[in-house]
Amino acid sequence: MTLTKTDVLAWLRNIATVLAENKTYLTELDAAIGDADHGINMDRGFQRVMSQLPTVEDKDIGTILKTTGMALLSSVGGAGGPLYGTFFMRMGMAVAGKEELSPEDVHTMLAAGLDGVMQRGKAEVGDKTMVDTLAPAIRTLGNALTAGHHFDDALDRMVAAAEEGMKSTIPLVARKGRASYLGDRSAGHQDPGATSSYLILAALRDTLKADE
Amino acid sequence: MKKLINKVENVVRESLEGMALAHSDLIRVHFDPTFVYRANAPVANKVAVISGGGSGHEPMHGGFVGVGMLDAACPGEVFTSPTPDQMLEAARTVNSGAGVLYIVKNYTGDVMNFEMAAELAASEGIPVQNILIDDDVAVKDSLYTAGRRGVGTTVLAEKIVGAAAEEGRDLKALADLCRRVNINGRSMGMALTSCTVPAKGSPTFELGDDEMEIGIGIHGEPGRERMPLKSADEITEMLALAIIEDEAYTRTVREFDMEKGTWIEVELTDPPFQPGDNVLAFVNSMGGTPVSELYIVYRKLHEICEKKGLRIVRNLVGAYITSLEMQGVSITLLRMDDEMIRLWDAPVNTPALRWGAGSTAALSQPLA
Ligand SMILES: Nc1ncnc2c1ncn2[C@@H]1O[C@H](COP(=O)(O)OP(=O)(O)O)[C@@H](O)[C@H]1O
Ligand SMILES: [Mg+2]
Repeated sequence: MTLTKTDVLAWLRNIATVLAENKTYLTELDAAIGDADHGINMDRGFQRVMSQLPTVEDKDIGTILKTTGMALLSSVGGAGGPLYGTFFMRMGMAVAGKEELSPEDVHTMLAAGLDGVMQRGKAEVGDKTMVDTLAPAIRTLGNALTAGHHFDDALDRMVAAAEEGMKSTIPLVARKGRASYLGDRSAGHQDPGATSSYLILAALRDTLKADE
Repeated sequence: MKKLINKVENVVRESLEGMALAHSDLIRVHFDPTFVYRANAPVANKVAVISGGGSGHEPMHGGFVGVGMLDAACPGEVFTSPTPDQMLEAARTVNSGAGVLYIVKNYTGDVMNFEMAAELAASEGIPVQNILIDDDVAVKDSLYTAGRRGVGTTVLAEKIVGAAAEEGRDLKALADLCRRVNINGRSMGMALTSCTVPAKGSPTFELGDDEMEIGIGIHGEPGRERMPLKSADEITEMLALAIIEDEAYTRTVREFDMEKGTWIEVELTDPPFQPGDNVLAFVNSMGGTPVSELYIVYRKLHEICEKKGLRIVRNLVGAYITSLEMQGVSITLLRMDDEMIRLWDAPVNTPALRWGAGSTAALSQPLA
């Protein structure tokens, strides 16, 4: 089982749909511990991505993902813009020139994206950010593949870890980003960025499931 | 939501279009990517001073573009930092060759977007430096937070550094001056009401009629502490003492090393206020508080400064860095040396700040 270029395009479209559906939800989460714009920003960003996809649809996966990153960088703003922009651009660089990705390629790609996010934002697991979703999820995917699990199964495990990571942010006190200004008052709320990261990873699994 | 707008999506654009029409002698507005720039940019031999941030803080920053202050301002969506393509295109437009100083308020989003812009500008051969403003004493520590937010001192830094740029100072000197203003300025704000981001349509937080929020930033984000409403004098005392009694504040910030082309960590310390200091006292409306109430705050602030041995040598009272229609106030105290006072007094001609400006043409001549 592989991730084809068609799958990648479908993944991006799915992300756009899911983020549009969750625009209010993500914004409400951000209202509690941030500035009430995360859903609006992400939705605007993926609308821009959708408008630019037609220009790169016949290019390789690397170019498609790099273009996605550039579109996010120039349309999302806030903390989400540079972080998700970097995430997709680094993923694109990791799979430059490819038309199809093996399960291992998918892991390498996601890990490169996470690296970029951590370099730019300097957040660690436990800081109550998107890293709390991405890091354990991508590590779980890598471990599952190494252990010989089927790609399908490995993706399910990745999404389960992503969900757990997302929920792990609820009791945490934020140490990075806008939510950190609330001190202890940030505890008890789920992090908006951790939630959008979960939706993005879940969309990847759902895209492949729908494909079968 | 009750607002004087047409369509939610067009709020930022239509406001900028109106501003361009109202101040066509001073500024131009570029769209896609969006930035406000000085009408006669680039000014030969002058370092360009650029700032930017989310919209909703008007008149900051677009209202400070003009002679003796900013060369360009990049407005984001409401309360959302602008993007690197705006900052890069603004730099290309106003750079005379002498380089660009980005003045950046310390919010994670602003910092990361401006860092990416600086990397892009540097890769095009534009000399560039990013200096952070982080003056909000409501944020106690820098270890477990993203560090102090950039608030009121930003306005003062843009004026003072803008005046020095107008005199023909080079990029390094301006970066040093901007850093100096930042470490000598401290602010704290409070809110009586929340505010409504147009795209969201409902208030960011709920505040009871008998409550107030102390230690807010400028994005309608809840502050550090919610407490029963107090009198203007008590509120002023709370804010002023938090500023005046704040101890030395040390943190590491990232600055761009132009020679190496990489980011370096710089440790900075804000020295505490001392009796005998000369200060600029800035009383700022969060947007919805009337000027009359600002003067009630100023009256008490003046008394407290006197008691603490601080000499108010300059002041600024009004709405300059706002959170949409929020009611509330912020206080900024800036310790001033003689050079900063002289630069504060220098002519300025922008949509929102204007004094001593006789002839615009004469002022735009770079000094030899
Ligand atoms: N330094 C950081 N590293 C990683 N993620 C971060 C960092 N700072 C903030 N975030 C993520 O960004 C999210 C907020 O995004 P968004 O609302 O778009 O930006 P802003 O806070 O500028 O309004 C947070 O929920 C958090 O997950
Ligand atoms: Mg936000």
